[in-house]
Amino acid sequence: MPTALNEQALARYRNDFLREVEERVDEGGWVKMCMQCGVCAGSCPFGPHWEHSPQKIFMMIRAGKREEVLASDSMWMCTSCYNCVVRCPRKLPITTIMHGLATYAHRLGLAPKRQPTRDFSVIFWENFTRNGRANEIRLMLRLWFRDGFGAGIRKALAMKEVGLGMLRAKRMSPFEIFGGHGVKDVKGFQAMIRKAQEIEDRKRGFSK
Amino acid sequence: MANKDYAFYPGCTSHYRGSASNYLVSVESMCRTLDVKLTQIPDWNCCGASVSYAGSGELARHVINARNFALAEQHLPGRDVVATCAACWLNARESKEQLDASAGLLADTNEALKEAGLRYQGIASVRHMVEVLIEDLGYEELGRHVVKPLEGVKFAGYVGCQTNRPFGIAGESFENPVYLDKLVETVGGQAVADYDQKVTCCGGALAVSEPEKSQAQIKDIVESAYDHGADMIVTPCPLCQANVEIYQADVNQRYGTKFNMPVTYYSQLMTVAYGGSAEEAALDGQIIRATRLEEIAATPGKR
Repeated sequence: MPTALNEQALARYRNDFLREVEERVDEGGWVKMCMQCGVCAGSCPFGPHWEHSPQKIFMMIRAGKREEVLASDSMWMCTSCYNCVVRCPRKLPITTIMHGLATYAHRLGLAPKRQPTRDFSVIFWENFTRNGRANEIRLMLRLWFRDGFGAGIRKALAMKEVGLGMLRAKRMSPFEIFGGHGVKDVKGFQAMIRKAQEIEDRKRGFSK
Repeated sequence: MANKDYAFYPGCTSHYRGSASNYLVSVESMCRTLDVKLTQIPDWNCCGASVSYAGSGELARHVINARNFALAEQHLPGRDVVATCAACWLNARESKEQLDASAGLLADTNEALKEAGLRYQGIASVRHMVEVLIEDLGYEELGRHVVKPLEGVKFAGYVGCQTNRPFGIAGESFENPVYLDKLVETVGGQAVADYDQKVTCCGGALAVSEPEKSQAQIKDIVESAYDHGADMIVTPCPLCQANVEIYQADVNQRYGTKFNMPVTYYSQLMTVAYGGSAEEAALDGQIIRATRLEEIAATPGKR
């Protein structure tokens, strides 16, 4: 399915990756406004860790470096601190664009495999859409156990002190493992999300 | 008569025994003193936080926030939506701005909302609790209720990211917002004037997925509070509070530091200054005890 979606995008946009981003990525229409000043690159708290700065990503999009952009780990390093956004002289919504590129790369199946924030992002989405509210303890458990049972136990033991501290401070409830808090109208909540995704898929040309 | 009346959006981490349950308890205590009435939006849902984008897509993230607005408009008409969580506020406000600016997006959103029997009319506005305090009540009113000034306690006001960017509090600068310091002074505490990590990112959700990288950030935030002689850190954001408090033991292990810096909420300071007990201020919810505040809460004072 992700591959089919990628094939379809390749056929449709050929050598125009900028147009592909404009049509299919949240706030992608802003990319061409980047003037390559580099303030975003110098403002990012995770600057030492990613491969490409937003500035580079935006130029790579214009240069048609599709595979490199979509496989980059940079979008997944965004902490949503909005430093780049408030400092950008052209007022690009950089955080949203980076998230949008991450979403798109994930949908096409081209995002880096086992990237921890990619996995966390998917887990978080599944976590709260299950019943309408985020469930902290299930979130942590799923993340820890994503590499199998043994690795999960090791991770849980490493986090034991943090967990016990939270328990003592009455800021963690083991009972949340069994279902936990949620909205009453789970059915309506989920139907509404399905509808939203159906509309967006149609408008962005993902469906058919 | 309640002075002010709001549609309250407490957010997921505030639930009973959630990681920010201490925030909720202290906000409720603070609001009782200030005669601010908070009525929860019935059946509110998660805002999507800052890290669920991989599964979401653009329209879905707006629709989940519009659902809360629609519920507020239907059940609590005429009241502003008030969020205590930085991410809840940011996401709700971002969606609201987008929806109010685009008739097409609004139509699509309402088409999806119809599945849940709801409709967003674009009336409800969304505010952060800090905005309610500063704009609707004002520093003078906030100071009027102080019965136990937090004298001699030095606070590093850690504003962090999401109550500060991209929207921020009106009239404040992104690089050096001063409202938190002013709140500290309003309740008689001493604010660290040149706390240089005031708006540094704690790693946000990536404190979970990228702990090493985030803990480098957290180390700077706590270290600077020590360097400036702070007794504790105070913050308006539940994720900042959790990240900066609960990972200090990990940071100590990683860097050989000996951090043990309490990280509190503005609402806890205010509750104590207003004569509330340690329990009402949810000081028992600290992993690193805020001893100086506990001492003040324990002293007899007029109520």
